[in-house]
Amino acid sequence: MRKQQKRSLFWTFFKIGLFTFGGGYAMLPLIESICVERQGWITHEEMLRITVLAESTPGPVAINCATYVGNRRGGFLGALAATLGVVLPSFGIILGISLLFRSFLEIPMVVNAFRGIKIAVSLLILQAGLNMLRRLEKKALPLTLFVGAAAAMLLINLFSWRFSTIWLLLIAAVISFAACLLSQKQAAGKEDDG
Amino acid sequence: MIWLELFWGFLKVGLFSFGGAYGAIPLIREVVLSYGWLDEGALTDMIAISESTPGPIMVNLATYVGSERGGVLGAILATAAVVLPAFVIILLLMAALKQLLKHRFVQAILKGLESCVAGIVLATGAWMLWENCAGAGQGRADWRAVVIGALLAGVMLAAKYLFRKKLSPIVLIGISAVLGCGLYSI
Repeated sequence: MRKQQKRSLFWTFFKIGLFTFGGGYAMLPLIESICVERQGWITHEEMLRITVLAESTPGPVAINCATYVGNRRGGFLGALAATLGVVLPSFGIILGISLLFRSFLEIPMVVNAFRGIKIAVSLLILQAGLNMLRRLEKKALPLTLFVGAAAAMLLINLFSWRFSTIWLLLIAAVISFAACLLSQKQAAGKEDDG
Repeated sequence: MIWLELFWGFLKVGLFSFGGAYGAIPLIREVVLSYGWLDEGALTDMIAISESTPGPIMVNLATYVGSERGGVLGAILATAAVVLPAFVIILLLMAALKQLLKHRFVQAILKGLESCVAGIVLATGAWMLWENCAGAGQGRADWRAVVIGALLAGVMLAAKYLFRKKLSPIVLIGISAVLGCGLYSI
């Protein structure tokens, strides 16, 4: 059973690695669909946490996610199985392209298919963002942070600023820390009054 | 010693690239160009290939550069190096997080980060869609992209509201590849 679990982690992430076009964010909808909705390996809340961890730690988002889910399900070996699974497809494909057919991407059919795929990927990412929004607490602070981050991100893209998302995360962390401190002080103040 | 250089160079990339592949590209450029592994043109080609083949862009780049400079062993070393920091850091964090999560400040910060990430992801998706449909930089709308986008959105909405089923992303990617082949070949 243990062995089977590792095998299923490996193959699940192999599939995820094989069908993720366009990098890290494109992987989120796939992981959510397979690991949360189909397999029930992790919850929606954990999925959000994984996204946060992946965003705020170095390295490819896909590796962060695979390591997290693998470790959660099967400890260290599970993490290893999932990470290997997610890396192997792209490793094989790129090695093949590098060694065999460098002109692969000049085939018109392939180019056209990828133009279509890019649009699907952006729609999937948009949908992942909407799903995350739906699960946020509908309170002033989270919604403000959400709108602020989205607006900042659009501006960064629009003007091609070199501003890493890590700074956005740091600002959000500082604001939430301050808000938590403030609410604690207020609560303490009220107790003093009473 | 090219293998050691590859390992070390990509370890740096894996360790200092935050915020996904697009955040990592400037760093990858810096490392790859400073070691002279690829020239500017080859690097741009490679970024395009990485974006349009499956898998994490950083892993694709590491495999490609490693293979070009050091054969299969080079590819293995560069890929392992770019993956290693993320792997180790997540394992360590997960061990620490169990204790940390009981702390209310940590919880508050995580909640805040979640809102922020949701905003980042939504804006990234919207931007990519806009870029693909409005013909990034060239200032001309791409009607085929608009048609494909509308059809795909229609399929997604139909699956959700008519059939009450969530469409698998893999199916959607398959449909989009067929649509791309069909429409762009006209």
